[in-house]
Amino acid sequence: MTTAVSFQKISRYFGPVRAVDDVTLDIAEGEFFAMLGPSGSGKTTCLRLIAGFEQPTSGHMEIFGVTSEGVPPYQRNVNTVFQDYALFPHMTVLDNVAYGLMVKGIDKPTRHRKALETLTLVALGSFGSRRPSQLSGGQRQRVALARALVNEPKVLLLDEPLGALDLKLREQMQVELKALQRNLGITFVFVTHDQGEALSMADRVAIFNDGKIVQVGSPEDIYERPNTKFVADFVGSSNVLSPAFSKSAGGPEKWASLRPEKIGILPAKVKPSPGQQSASAKIVAAHYQGSISRLNTRTAGGETINVSVPSSLGRFAEGDEVMLHWPKEALHVMAGEA
Amino acid sequence: MRSEGSPLLLKIAALACVAFLHVPLLLIFLYAFTTEEKSFQFPPPGYTTKWFGVVWERQDIWDAIGLSVKVAAIATFLAVVLGTCAAAAISRAKFFGRDHISLLFILPIALPGIVTGIALRSTFGIMDIPFSTWTIVLGHTTFCMVVVYNNVLARFRRTSGSMIEASMDLGADGFQTFRYVVLPQIASALLAGGMLAFALSFDEVIVTTFTAGQQSTLPIWMLNELIRPRQRPITNVVAIFVIAVTFIPIVAAYYLTREGEHTGGTGK
Repeated sequence: MTTAVSFQKISRYFGPVRAVDDVTLDIAEGEFFAMLGPSGSGKTTCLRLIAGFEQPTSGHMEIFGVTSEGVPPYQRNVNTVFQDYALFPHMTVLDNVAYGLMVKGIDKPTRHRKALETLTLVALGSFGSRRPSQLSGGQRQRVALARALVNEPKVLLLDEPLGALDLKLREQMQVELKALQRNLGITFVFVTHDQGEALSMADRVAIFNDGKIVQVGSPEDIYERPNTKFVADFVGSSNVLSPAFSKSAGGPEKWASLRPEKIGILPAKVKPSPGQQSASAKIVAAHYQGSISRLNTRTAGGETINVSVPSSLGRFAEGDEVMLHWPKEALHVMAGEA
Repeated sequence: MRSEGSPLLLKIAALACVAFLHVPLLLIFLYAFTTEEKSFQFPPPGYTTKWFGVVWERQDIWDAIGLSVKVAAIATFLAVVLGTCAAAAISRAKFFGRDHISLLFILPIALPGIVTGIALRSTFGIMDIPFSTWTIVLGHTTFCMVVVYNNVLARFRRTSGSMIEASMDLGADGFQTFRYVVLPQIASALLAGGMLAFALSFDEVIVTTFTAGQQSTLPIWMLNELIRPRQRPITNVVAIFVIAVTFIPIVAAYYLTREGEHTGGTGK
């Protein structure tokens, strides 16, 4: 498989701030790759390094095997969908989409035909004569997408493209983006701080923290087998358990994660069946959520554990003493220390 | 068109203000047509349009108009180029002392014209630069640049910086980005700033007196003409011309930049 984008020990400092710190990463051709992390974690800077808006302070970067240091943005076969879309307000939608072809000197009939084709691809074929200001947020987002895609980039960069949309539209666009990427076979690099978005769309996810990549893997890897406390905390709602607790529950003395839905619940002092690990705890708060109930519990050692149980098990009340148990393999021991 | 609840007294006061501001202008129009040429008596003893013919024949007036237009045109051109560059640098780049430099750009319009005038005259004297059209142009450019700078800076601040990145990302080099994205964005601000600059330069007196030497721009010519006792209505005819030349671009500039944006530096 060809490597689309390759980071080799890339760092980017802004003064004393290490925005990107010694990142090594390969993104494969045709992959839908998500960069996930809290704000300020370096994911957007990585995207800007690929686009060419930033140059690495050190390290080596290749796009489809071509060294990209010193290559300006307009000479890279990479296009970006900006967070604020950055459409040109003084041009019609059609001219916006045709812009990349115009500056390459392609004649007007050809570039308008191609722009119209791409607009049709994003279901905006009849909107060409409008101005960006006459479009809704979702439509502008599609224009921004069409304007990038018309150049047939080898890599499409998307900087939180769904951030400004409301929830329903966002879910719809997730499905459409994914389908578009499958059909076109272009490498997508997608920056987001929304783990739901990253997990549902991406083939692989890189988790960023403090300018470093802390884990790269499939959504399932990231969700089921986080390798550090940070990943377990950031992705989803897993319980992060201290080394002391893991040991007392029957595991090794290491940080571990335990998913709320893997935990069973029994009345206090009832022995769970063999092969199960267990801990007694007290319910701090109980939230009924329809088919499931979420319980916040605390163990005698002060460990907070969230449990998600089917509501059919009965109602639990604050202050109830319970026995928590889970299969041995559900306790995922994390390799990283932090 | 009745506005409910505004007291009669307030309406009268407002009308008085408008009258105070504009009646003198009407008098200028009135005395352009008077038959009495030595003093302004009211009401004028008779009315004539002969002064327009007299003005048409006077070569010194045409020379003064020519010089004023030339100075205003060159000063405006320089102001547009320099003001745009300065605004681009201040709005796009972050560097040490940026705010102080921004203040230095605005200072020429805040300084009394007489200070600018004396400063320029001393400088020309020390450097042995003879007075010419270019010394006037230099003086005018100092404050014309501020008007353009303020207008363009306000526009740059409203323009998304990612638009320039988007253009580069789509394959446009620096020149194409300027031509197709930046220039259309700032065009109306440039036009407005340029018109204001032209109007400011065209009727400038104070700085001009210090930098003109023996040359007469139109305002200087008028000032000299008022001291003479003969053919006074000629000055009024020329004044009408000046009002027309400066009023149109200022109104145009107002409408061009009206969309919630301030046009700084109109006060000079």
